[in-house]
Amino acid sequence: MKDLAEAALNAAQVKGASYADVRLDEHVTQDIVVKNGQLAAVSDDASEGFGVRVIVDGAWGFAGSARLENEEVQQVVDRAIRIARASARVRSAPVDLGAPVTSRGHYRTPLERDPFAVPLTEKVDLLLRADAAMGSVKGVTIREGSMEFIRQAKLFASTDGAFVEQELFESGAGIEATATSPDEVQNRSYPNSFGRHQGAGGYEYITALELDRHGQRIAEEAVALLTATQCPSGIKTLILDASQTALQIHESCGHPTELDRVFGMEAAYAGTSFMTPEKLNHLQYGSPQVTITADALTPTGLGTFGWDDEGVPAQRTFLIKNGLFVGYLTSRETASVLGQQSNGTMRADGWNRIPLIRMTNVNLEAGDSSLDEMIAQTKDGVYMETNRSWSIDDKRLNFQFGTQLAYEIIDGKRGRMLKNATYAGITPEFWNSCDAVAGRSEWKVWGLANCGKGQPPQVAHVAHGAAPARFQHVKVGILK
Amino acid sequence: MKSMEVARLTAEGELKQFMTGLLERSSAEQTEVMVTEWDSALTRFANNGIHQNVAERDATVRVRVVKDGKTGVASINQLNEAAALDVLKRAIAIADLQPKSDVVPMPGPATAPPVEAWSDATAAVTPEDRADFVQAVCTRAERAGLKAFGAYSTSAGQLAIANSHGVYHQQRSTQATVNSVVMGDAGSGYADRGAIDVSELDRDELATEVIEKAQRNQNAQPVEPGVYEVVLEEYAVAEMLQFMSFIGFGALSVQEERSFMKLGERITGEEVTIWDDGLDRTGIPASFDFEGVPKQRVDLITRGVASGLVYDMQTATRAGRQSTGHGLPAPNTEGPFAVNLFMKPGSAAKADMMSDIKRGIWVTRFWYVRVVEPKQSVITGMTREGTFLIENGRISRPVKDLRFTQSILEAFQGTLALSRNTKLHVSEYLGASRVPAVRLKAFDFTS
Repeated sequence: MKDLAEAALNAAQVKGASYADVRLDEHVTQDIVVKNGQLAAVSDDASEGFGVRVIVDGAWGFAGSARLENEEVQQVVDRAIRIARASARVRSAPVDLGAPVTSRGHYRTPLERDPFAVPLTEKVDLLLRADAAMGSVKGVTIREGSMEFIRQAKLFASTDGAFVEQELFESGAGIEATATSPDEVQNRSYPNSFGRHQGAGGYEYITALELDRHGQRIAEEAVALLTATQCPSGIKTLILDASQTALQIHESCGHPTELDRVFGMEAAYAGTSFMTPEKLNHLQYGSPQVTITADALTPTGLGTFGWDDEGVPAQRTFLIKNGLFVGYLTSRETASVLGQQSNGTMRADGWNRIPLIRMTNVNLEAGDSSLDEMIAQTKDGVYMETNRSWSIDDKRLNFQFGTQLAYEIIDGKRGRMLKNATYAGITPEFWNSCDAVAGRSEWKVWGLANCGKGQPPQVAHVAHGAAPARFQHVKVGILK
Repeated sequence: MKSMEVARLTAEGELKQFMTGLLERSSAEQTEVMVTEWDSALTRFANNGIHQNVAERDATVRVRVVKDGKTGVASINQLNEAAALDVLKRAIAIADLQPKSDVVPMPGPATAPPVEAWSDATAAVTPEDRADFVQAVCTRAERAGLKAFGAYSTSAGQLAIANSHGVYHQQRSTQATVNSVVMGDAGSGYADRGAIDVSELDRDELATEVIEKAQRNQNAQPVEPGVYEVVLEEYAVAEMLQFMSFIGFGALSVQEERSFMKLGERITGEEVTIWDDGLDRTGIPASFDFEGVPKQRVDLITRGVASGLVYDMQTATRAGRQSTGHGLPAPNTEGPFAVNLFMKPGSAAKADMMSDIKRGIWVTRFWYVRVVEPKQSVITGMTREGTFLIENGRISRPVKDLRFTQSILEAFQGTLALSRNTKLHVSEYLGASRVPAVRLKAFDFTS
């Protein structure tokens, strides 16, 4: 593989590239689905290939191929060079990557038990036990459980002199119970929605979830939701569980601090950002309780690695400090526009895609409250748990979320179960209304394996450390 | 393997030999081999210049085996004999390791009607051709004092499916798509196009639409949220149909009691007729599905009445009927999917659809639509790149983007008019929708 990488870089330089990098990537994914007491799917998918990124005449070109052959390397380099020359005909300013990046080394995800060495029967047995627990509850119409395991071996080398190799592992699992009536569908999932809870690690991550212990509870909640009270409409105190707080961070802080969005590079697809450069170090994004970091060193985070896909070392950086907007997620190209160094957030979802600025682990730092304390201090509010729907505008200001489960809070006590709970707001108003964040004991890293961005579309696996949090004067109950 | 000079796809005869050879080597009772292969490129532009420009060649060999009542699936992206044999071995090993469960049957041979889905011109597009197209749009925007953003992509590929019951289908296809946002200092416009043949993408027409929309959509001011009469352009209507497909047109969603479809009952206004037809050349056609079943036209909503569902092998077997050719690649727990959607046009000229609206909203497109409640078909999302207030039959001013939370069925129950012309909108992931613009009596903007 090293020979192939060197051949690609040499060919690119000989053919006129002022900069080139090459990524070789081998991905293996195992997916298992158990549905309604049956093993519904087991698949084992592998993909390998290489991609060459070049700068010629100040413009980018990229080509990739699945054929790991010397002859193909030359053709792919030729194609990337030709594409870059075509780009140069219609380019704006020439690309400036700033100071060279010369990282070298090897990184492997820390893990206790290689998930690919765990027998399939052990994995299926666990899912079937969780399924049986859900099936013990009358009224559940659909039961589903799934696991996913990923092993990715990748090599990055550049004409700057960088050469890094990484072996990354992910393990994920989740269960979901659905109950239906003639007029509605209600579902509950554990530990999170979006099919699974996923993290960087081995099978120990799955074992710790104790899926079979939670099957009956979520099934009972799904059935109970059918006859629960509709979430009332109004302006109320809102308390979010940690997983919904994580998604709120993702949509309203993670995406708008991506500097490529700010510069319009995603304008025709995912949109732009309200967090424009003149607001840096000036915008009071949130209350003093709100500190958000991008931390690619967080244990078990899906955004944890050794180096990003430009060879920049993993690091921790502040985005929001005590409510003040202080930083972006950056790449080499975008950071240099602001006179900064990249903070290492460029990742591609495979060998056949260019790296884009992606969230690493964008974490809301723990506060000093607790969920119990927040509820006890609330006179008229709603507690919402586990995401059901999510939507936000193209500048990341106007959002609306729905959750699977909610409870009314009256005079400091949790009251009736509420269904079809939704809330909406405007990003800085919402985060400035945050008056409590739970402490470290309730803080947890939540993996999101479905973050879409880019054309052609890419799916990133990112994470958010979050704890339950409280917000004042929030519009709830949009769905009547 | 040998490849074509331009798009570099494996020759059909060679591909068939490769797949049948793999079937012959299988020790399983039933075996299915699916091969996809593609050569694609995409040129992305922002601020009137190209900033990302990519190309890839890739392939997938996917094998499904059924052995002793157990199913295993494995895939690799290497199109050679050694890799394929390894995949077959892995699929069998997966089947051997698991408990018995319900088996999705494989179809027998049937004739798949040929469709015209290939264009030599699209397969031959060069990086310079894409740059010329982008330059033309950017130059027009720059002359208007605006900035252009977007992506222009071309691809050529093939899909082939064979199974041990004697099925063999192969289809080559091309696709060219472009989308563009043009921005001024205080607003933006949008347009997109998609076609099999790249020569159908008219860059001047696209540039005119997106630039004029951007020019009209400057300095938008807020409007009070509430229920408005609306005219939805084709981009927005296509998105609504795609969400209907996602949550309700597949037989599995009905079998699992998750769907809004109540067969035989009126669920929308009688002006609404929606069908799926993979064989229609005016869409993005396909002659067979990912299980190797020939595509059939399915009437989904006929004059407002829920009239049909799409089926794959699993849901058809469960219902005691034939698959309609809407299966997805194995292993699939999501059920069948309608991906070639059409909505019957009306008789109105699009520009006249607001002529007797006293006060309403004109919507260019939706953004970030998500399902809030599937059985009531409630979705939420934002308007984007061209939302206008209609007053006394004409557009009076642009308004700031609005969030809606709305049942699709309820909205279509108030269908007042459909445009006589339709537009093809190619989905980001799979399939396409050909739809008219629609005027609706009530649409709920919530913030």
